[in-house]
Amino acid sequence: MKTRPETILLIAALALSGTNPAGSAETSIIVQSTTSTANSGLYDYLLPTFKMDTGITVNVVAVGTGQAIKNAKNCDGDVLLVHAKSAEEKFVAEGFGLSRQDLMYNDLIFVGPPSDAAAIGGGRSAIEALSKIAASQAKFASRGDNSGTHKKEMALWQEAGLDPGQQSGRWYLETGSGMGATLNAAVGSGAYTMADRATWISFSNKQDFKILVEGDDMLFNQYGIIAINPNRCAQVKREAAQKFVDWMLSAKGQAAIASYQLEGQQLFFPNAN
Amino acid sequence: MPSAKTTSLLPLEVSSLSYRVDQETLLDNIDLSVDSPGISVIMGANGAGKSLLLRIVHGLLEAHSGAIYWHGVAMAETLRRRQALVFQKPVLMRRSVAANIDFVLRPMGGQYRQRRDELLHQAGLQHKRNQPARLLSGGEQQKLALARALATEPEVLLLDEPCASIDSASTLQIENLLHDTRQRGVKIILVTHDIGQARRLADDVIFMHRGRILEHRPAASFFDSPSSPEGQAYLDGRIVV
Amino acid sequence: MQDFSEAFGLAASLILGFDADLGEIIVLSLRVSLSAVLLAALIGFPLGALTAVLSFPGRQAIAVLMNALMGLPPVVVGLLVYMALSRAGPLGWMNLLYTPMAMIIAQTILVTPIIAALSRQVMEDMHREYDEQFRSLCIPTRRVMTALIWDSRYSLLTVALAGFGRAIAEVGAVIIVGGNIDHLTRVMTTAIALETSKGNLALALALGFVLLILALSVNAAVYSLRASAKRLSYA
Repeated sequence: MKTRPETILLIAALALSGTNPAGSAETSIIVQSTTSTANSGLYDYLLPTFKMDTGITVNVVAVGTGQAIKNAKNCDGDVLLVHAKSAEEKFVAEGFGLSRQDLMYNDLIFVGPPSDAAAIGGGRSAIEALSKIAASQAKFASRGDNSGTHKKEMALWQEAGLDPGQQSGRWYLETGSGMGATLNAAVGSGAYTMADRATWISFSNKQDFKILVEGDDMLFNQYGIIAINPNRCAQVKREAAQKFVDWMLSAKGQAAIASYQLEGQQLFFPNAN
Repeated sequence: MPSAKTTSLLPLEVSSLSYRVDQETLLDNIDLSVDSPGISVIMGANGAGKSLLLRIVHGLLEAHSGAIYWHGVAMAETLRRRQALVFQKPVLMRRSVAANIDFVLRPMGGQYRQRRDELLHQAGLQHKRNQPARLLSGGEQQKLALARALATEPEVLLLDEPCASIDSASTLQIENLLHDTRQRGVKIILVTHDIGQARRLADDVIFMHRGRILEHRPAASFFDSPSSPEGQAYLDGRIVV
Repeated sequence: MQDFSEAFGLAASLILGFDADLGEIIVLSLRVSLSAVLLAALIGFPLGALTAVLSFPGRQAIAVLMNALMGLPPVVVGLLVYMALSRAGPLGWMNLLYTPMAMIIAQTILVTPIIAALSRQVMEDMHREYDEQFRSLCIPTRRVMTALIWDSRYSLLTVALAGFGRAIAEVGAVIIVGGNIDHLTRVMTTAIALETSKGNLALALALGFVLLILALSVNAAVYSLRASAKRLSYA
């Protein structure tokens, strides 16, 4: 026992654990983001160009919109990129964000098994689809996680005058997870679900599931971008965050968003004003 | 060899000592006084309470009643530091032979490596110094345990049947080591039920039977004519209940 | 399921082709979990030794508590560490959230009770054997503890391995405090979760196989070390 065992452990631990905090250097920011933009590969497509232009590394924390907003309220990010307009406006109104800008949109769709027990296939109306599903008590998988998609779904149920919450656990299945996990659950149990088109196109475990309802104006899905308020969160990297927001809203950023395609389809449609 | 000197821990005075486990009295009102140097051998059949008495005078167990004084001082940890005990079944650490000695020597400071090699040499283990202690033979393990006990430079060395289950060559080496240690003035109290060993080593004999001390006399007089019928029976090799 | 055979093939090509991104993820997984286990050992071994050696009132309660904490859900640990390290939390000024260090902290908390509880059991057995000898030699408590830790080092390796198994396999804590950020805090388990959510089940499974191989190699290394120790009777 020449060297004390504790000493060896200590040295080893320190050697192994070298820190490189994400937020320490001015050249990196954290974006609290919805999952669809990350899972569909949009960031992987955009961020290298942004980094080349500005030298700023963007670290994306992809969680549901609800959690992203919660994390941003805790100041654990520099930029918020989500899709729940009213929640975003509330976020800014409460002073957490500087201002909210429209960034891009896509649409939500209903997907389901080819057997289509509720016979919603080919329809356009979201309300009608939900009513049919409820009437036939066909299985429907809901995010149930307070995400943008989930909020939209709840608004549609309300519009249809239905309260599926009472059927929770029977035909109405609340997964309480992200879009991908919910899609996996829907596919696994032959349930309908509502998803954003970007996530659906990039989703690999479709099996025989198809898009059944699309094109309703009510299924419009708007993404917004917000720089976190440095007066509220002192550690926010104000300049870098603003650079990112500006770039995304710039002609160059918008063109880049429009040019991103997966399987020959455009996933996001820029609409900054 | 340093001149013989008598330890300042003597005399050992034990008075009215009793020890019980569940209602059963294992040591029954023992009085004992040990004030002569040399080797005191505690003899008696299995279950006489020899090992128990040894542990209690060393302070590892607490008696239910009675008192123990070493040179007029009640038993305490400071006294235990000046003693060493070798157990019947040696407890060796999961280290090399040398490291087992070092464990005791290092806190004492100084040039412990030289002292360790000396001790291992005395115990005839110097060629095994780098071997794992727990792979030694039973005899070697006991010699190592004795060497470790001696490393603490005890004034009183207590041994609990050290040669109970080891080969005769090792027994001889251990007895020689005990002789040398005795010559250096260390008081030795040895528990054994090997009559031959007792005859070879004892200066005085404490004969125990069923939790009591029946005799405490100079060895020669005990072996010559034990005063108790139990002692006589024991020496004759008869079983006494 | 065709996913299985596809996953095997993918796993093989991932490993043989040595994908740079995968390499980065593997290195980070090992770095985070090994660091967490080392830190947990630093805390857990002395704690285990202390509860093995000392008899004080409430010792049993501590043992029960440590055993109960072994079942701490990773998500709960992740949440607690998130709340502490969040910029809005008490330790927000340290800027540790969404870093490997945050993940190490979370896993350390997760693993420490396991290491403390299991090492206590190991050292309690050894202490029973050494106790009389140590008391005869008047060894002070601190030294008894270090001696027990040192002498049971090979058994403690196995204990650490149990902790490593939990750390390397958990996703609940690291995904919350690490954020699964590409090239920064993405580890094997969060990558698997991500690929699953993308519907890339075969790739997720393939990553699972890689993780398994990783865990197997660490286990094999420790066990061969232990086996040689046993031959030398140190274990």
